[in-house]
Amino acid sequence: MLILENVAQSYGAKPVLKDINFSLKAGQIGCLLGPSGCGKTTALRLIAGFEQLNSGAIYLDGEAVARPGACVPAEKRKVGLVFQDFALFPHLHVAANIGFGLSHLSGADRDNRVAEMLDLVGLTQEASAFPHQLSGGQQQRVALARALAPRPRLLLLDEPFSSLDVELREKLALEVRDILNQEGITALLVTHDQHEAFAMADRIGVMHHGVIQQWDTPYNLYHQPNSRFVADFIGQGVLMPARVLNSRQVEIELGVLEGRIPGECSQEGGCSRCDKGCMVDVLIRPDDILHDDTSPVLATVERKAFRGAEFLYTLRLAQGGRVQVLVPSHHNHAIGEAIGIRLDVDHVVAFRQ
Amino acid sequence: MKMLSKLLAVLAVPTLLAMPPTASAAEVVVYSARNEQLIKPLFDAYTRETGVEVKFVTDKEGPLMARLKAEGKNTPADLFLTVDAGNLWQAAQEGLLRPVNSTALKANIPAHLRDPDNEWFGLSVRARTVVFNRNRVKPGELSTYEDLADPKWKGRLCLRTSKKVYNQSLVAMMIWEHGEDQTEQIVRGWVRNLATDPFPDDTKALEAVAAGLCDATLVNTYYFGRLMEKKPNLPLAVFWPNQSLKSRDAGVHVNVSGAGVTRHAKHEKEAVRLLEWLSSDKAQNLYADENMEYPANPRVKWDARVTSWGSFKQNLINVAEAGKLQAKAVMLMDRAGYR
Amino acid sequence: MPEPESLSIPSVAAPPVGASSFTGRLGPWLAVLPIALITAVPVLVVLSALAHPDQTIWEHLWKHVLPELLVNTAWLVLGVGLGVTLLGVSLAWLTAVCDYPGRRFFAWALLLPLALPAYVTAFVWLGLFDFTGPVATWLRESFGILKPPPVRSRSGVILVMTLALYPYVYLTSRAAFLGQGRRLMEAAQSLGQSRWHAFLKVALPMARPGIVAGLLLAVMETLADFGTVSVFNYNTFTTAIYKAWFSLFSLPAASQLASMLIFFVFVVALLEYQTRASASYAASSRAAAAPSRIALKGWQAGLALAWSALVFGLAFVMPVWQILDWALNVFEQDFDARYLDFAWHSLLLAGLGALLVGTLALVLGYAQRLHPTSAMRVAARLSTLGYALPGAVLAVGIFIPVAWLDNQLIERLGLEGQVLGGTLAVMLLAYCARFLAVSFGPVDAGLGRISKSIDEAAQSLGVVGARRLWRVHLPMLRVPLLTAAALTFVDVMKELPITLMTRPFGWDTLAVRVFEMTSEGEWERAALPAAAIAIVGLLPVFMLIRHADHAHT
Repeated sequence: MLILENVAQSYGAKPVLKDINFSLKAGQIGCLLGPSGCGKTTALRLIAGFEQLNSGAIYLDGEAVARPGACVPAEKRKVGLVFQDFALFPHLHVAANIGFGLSHLSGADRDNRVAEMLDLVGLTQEASAFPHQLSGGQQQRVALARALAPRPRLLLLDEPFSSLDVELREKLALEVRDILNQEGITALLVTHDQHEAFAMADRIGVMHHGVIQQWDTPYNLYHQPNSRFVADFIGQGVLMPARVLNSRQVEIELGVLEGRIPGECSQEGGCSRCDKGCMVDVLIRPDDILHDDTSPVLATVERKAFRGAEFLYTLRLAQGGRVQVLVPSHHNHAIGEAIGIRLDVDHVVAFRQ
Repeated sequence: MKMLSKLLAVLAVPTLLAMPPTASAAEVVVYSARNEQLIKPLFDAYTRETGVEVKFVTDKEGPLMARLKAEGKNTPADLFLTVDAGNLWQAAQEGLLRPVNSTALKANIPAHLRDPDNEWFGLSVRARTVVFNRNRVKPGELSTYEDLADPKWKGRLCLRTSKKVYNQSLVAMMIWEHGEDQTEQIVRGWVRNLATDPFPDDTKALEAVAAGLCDATLVNTYYFGRLMEKKPNLPLAVFWPNQSLKSRDAGVHVNVSGAGVTRHAKHEKEAVRLLEWLSSDKAQNLYADENMEYPANPRVKWDARVTSWGSFKQNLINVAEAGKLQAKAVMLMDRAGYR
Repeated sequence: MPEPESLSIPSVAAPPVGASSFTGRLGPWLAVLPIALITAVPVLVVLSALAHPDQTIWEHLWKHVLPELLVNTAWLVLGVGLGVTLLGVSLAWLTAVCDYPGRRFFAWALLLPLALPAYVTAFVWLGLFDFTGPVATWLRESFGILKPPPVRSRSGVILVMTLALYPYVYLTSRAAFLGQGRRLMEAAQSLGQSRWHAFLKVALPMARPGIVAGLLLAVMETLADFGTVSVFNYNTFTTAIYKAWFSLFSLPAASQLASMLIFFVFVVALLEYQTRASASYAASSRAAAAPSRIALKGWQAGLALAWSALVFGLAFVMPVWQILDWALNVFEQDFDARYLDFAWHSLLLAGLGALLVGTLALVLGYAQRLHPTSAMRVAARLSTLGYALPGAVLAVGIFIPVAWLDNQLIERLGLEGQVLGGTLAVMLLAYCARFLAVSFGPVDAGLGRISKSIDEAAQSLGVVGARRLWRVHLPMLRVPLLTAAALTFVDVMKELPITLMTRPFGWDTLAVRVFEMTSEGEWERAALPAAAIAIVGLLPVFMLIRHADHAHT
């Protein structure tokens, strides 16, 4: 459906994208996730056709829409866009905004499609309201309906929830996902917010300095990060120093972890084999540690954050290392208190130091 | 949108693009720096009398001359009518006018009021004289333009700005008589004697004298006439300077409004005829009286209002000299700090 | 919070694909070059006189005239610039964002001074407040105050010009304030900023392009002004230009001075644009949220009312009262059927001029939006320089090439009389050269307020080119375009030198009547046509306000 092949882009001497490769199958929702300036928006604009491609190629439905020197203009790509600021036409009411890209249809067909879209996003009541009379969430849905109305081959969403209230974001993200799935839309989302990414996407590419560090499912990104950057950027957790005991065991301050220890240490550094005694860093997620009052291992509560159902405690270990742990919120411990913990590591993620 | 469609309809009017003045025999085209309300009655009278149509545009003299120059030999203008000899002299200098050999004009207009080469002719005389506050100036105090530079007038003088051509001509004539150095001393004296910054026009200067802000000023007489007509009770009076036969200076500074036939006139004969008519007895009163100026033709009787200010001896130096020296005069006044 | 990355796409380095795909790279230039030439040719004609410098006159001016004039001009520009910004921005803020008794009335009333020719207002002020006027006379006779504060002074001319020109800033900054909506201010205030702080830190910087657009117009008009400063006998740069030309008969020296003026204005305009380009304040469609006004209460409301009333009274009521008084005095003597013609001619010229100049400004602004390159920016700025030249100088610059073309046509084609000279088409072109700046400012600022994503949204929906202009930009630009047209309309109504020089025979306008009367100092009689200009000129101002307010409620 959507394929990016060796896409690279630079402005002057400054490279913005380096060798980007990924693809989306029909109906999939992809996401480019990364901090500011990682190049994700540039990638989106290249796919939309707002920027000229330097090198590589972009295919849509098997058609090469962008190659250096030859590109299909944005208005002919049949790519829908939802903008960060929504970019609704302030002089048009909701129905006219949604029908804006439907001028090729006859009057009746257009009205039907607009009605359909209004229904889809649940704004039938607001059809004749003007954008400034709508709430942020409603505006967002109008933008979505407008982009979907002409049945685009691909929908691009540029930080679509960033201008909304935090409480609204996750709810809307799920709503939007349902709408996209319902319509069988292939979509690519760009965001710096991993919650949005996890809520929406089937496939996520974590971007850093113009490079896709890892293109994978949300689950794998969390549990099998392939680099320190991804491990750090996605989810919570700490990297703890560990000593390799053998190919299935490493030892950390809290005890011995069992799992498949990568023979090769991680991609970073391209180091030689890690043998017994070699030092690595292991990723310890909050869900790798359980609170257990019976456990002999004690750690001191250094910080705590109330999350409703649970607390996120930051604990200091006896030898000074720190870990995070999620604990059901009826376990309310004071800062400075020592609590028992034990390891429950399903698999080991290790990077050479 | 209704507005818009109306405007579009107007745009489509074919006359918009081309309104070429068709060259008919019985017309004459005038470029005039003398304003419309002063010349239109004359031209109307001329058309009534001769059947010749007079077409004219008004503008300032500078743009009109630039226009004549740019149009070159295709100019529609036959006659250039303007105020001030300086402008007439400049037009002749730039080759915009042509000599006219007309006995009638020579007979009607005194030699000092026309171009020595007969390229232009004065049609009305404007006298720039002293007006004073009757309550504050003793009759014996006033004598000459030059005397107004005397310290006894300190803080008592009001002047119009040096940017007005009337003052430039006056100073140019003084340069002709006294030379630059002495004239500069005189102008510096005036500036020292000023009661307040120079005024933008003659009327304001007159009002200042009437209000007692200062005691005397230099103005063209018709401004005095206009103001007194509106407010007859003002304590103002005209004084004719430089009248003493014993002194070497020559009389009241006069300037002209006048006209010349353009170099590339299409209707030369008609233009000369109009010019001759303008200098004739019957037109001269109409020309001068409308603005309370003095007729250039010495045989013509003055307007009653003008007569009431008394008669005077004019400076008989050819007014063209003022044109020649105008640039010098302007620079001199700049040097002397006369704004 | 919006991610900064998406704002910093270097659009200059990489022009949007869509733009070039529908018009090509040459397209905008084909539109912009002829427009730029309309202004560039007259300016170049004026500058060409530089080739023959007049040494004597130049030395004289340099030594005896320029030092004073430069100081005077600098003070005037500084004073008027500060003055119009203070008046314009404060009043725009009050009427656009706040609510207080009389706000609805003042919203449009404060624009009315635009309809008065500034030099007529100046004369009224002089008449009323100078030594011989009623105010000074009353002070003198009632209180024995012999020397009232002199109105013929630097501060006097700054005050009067400020009162005449503040509506430019008022109009453009009001549009900017109306366009930015309340949410940003509310957001700033919710972050603990005081209202005053939020205004200074958020609303004001965001409105800067609008404010500066108006300020630039006011400054250019101040620099080009001859009429008003003459009334005060306040010598400025323009005075020197006229002196060199009319008194010293040296058009070359005048051109030298004019080119200095042009250069100065050009540099200022470019600098302004440079600083603006580095900070784009395009408000998104979201920001244009429903305005809820800040309701002023008690002494604050009283102060707002008093301030509005004071400015309105001084800038409009007082001069109009005097003009009407004079006009009635001469009404019977001077008013005749011809006034219908004068008014019709004025209306026709102003209407067509506004339409044409507005259209060209839109083309220019739009081309610059599609191709935001430095060359385009320079071309756009060049096209607006005509406003900074003294009118008579520009008029000559226009007349010379037209006459030259006429002569060529006559000789080559064997035509008779004038072909182009004395046609309305030439007049209208000349107005374009003069007033493009007046229209370009609001249109440019208006375009700047439309975020780039709006263009891209339309493009991604398959709507580009002329259809996008028609369906998206024109409706969104309605208020800026009306503003541009109304400003041009009243400016053409008041314009003198170009009208005088290029009008057909016997084709007089109201402004020409004003000239006929004032050229021999008959100011009272000039009041009649001046009043007519004011009355007819109010028409577009009314229309503008009705539409502008409608668009934002």
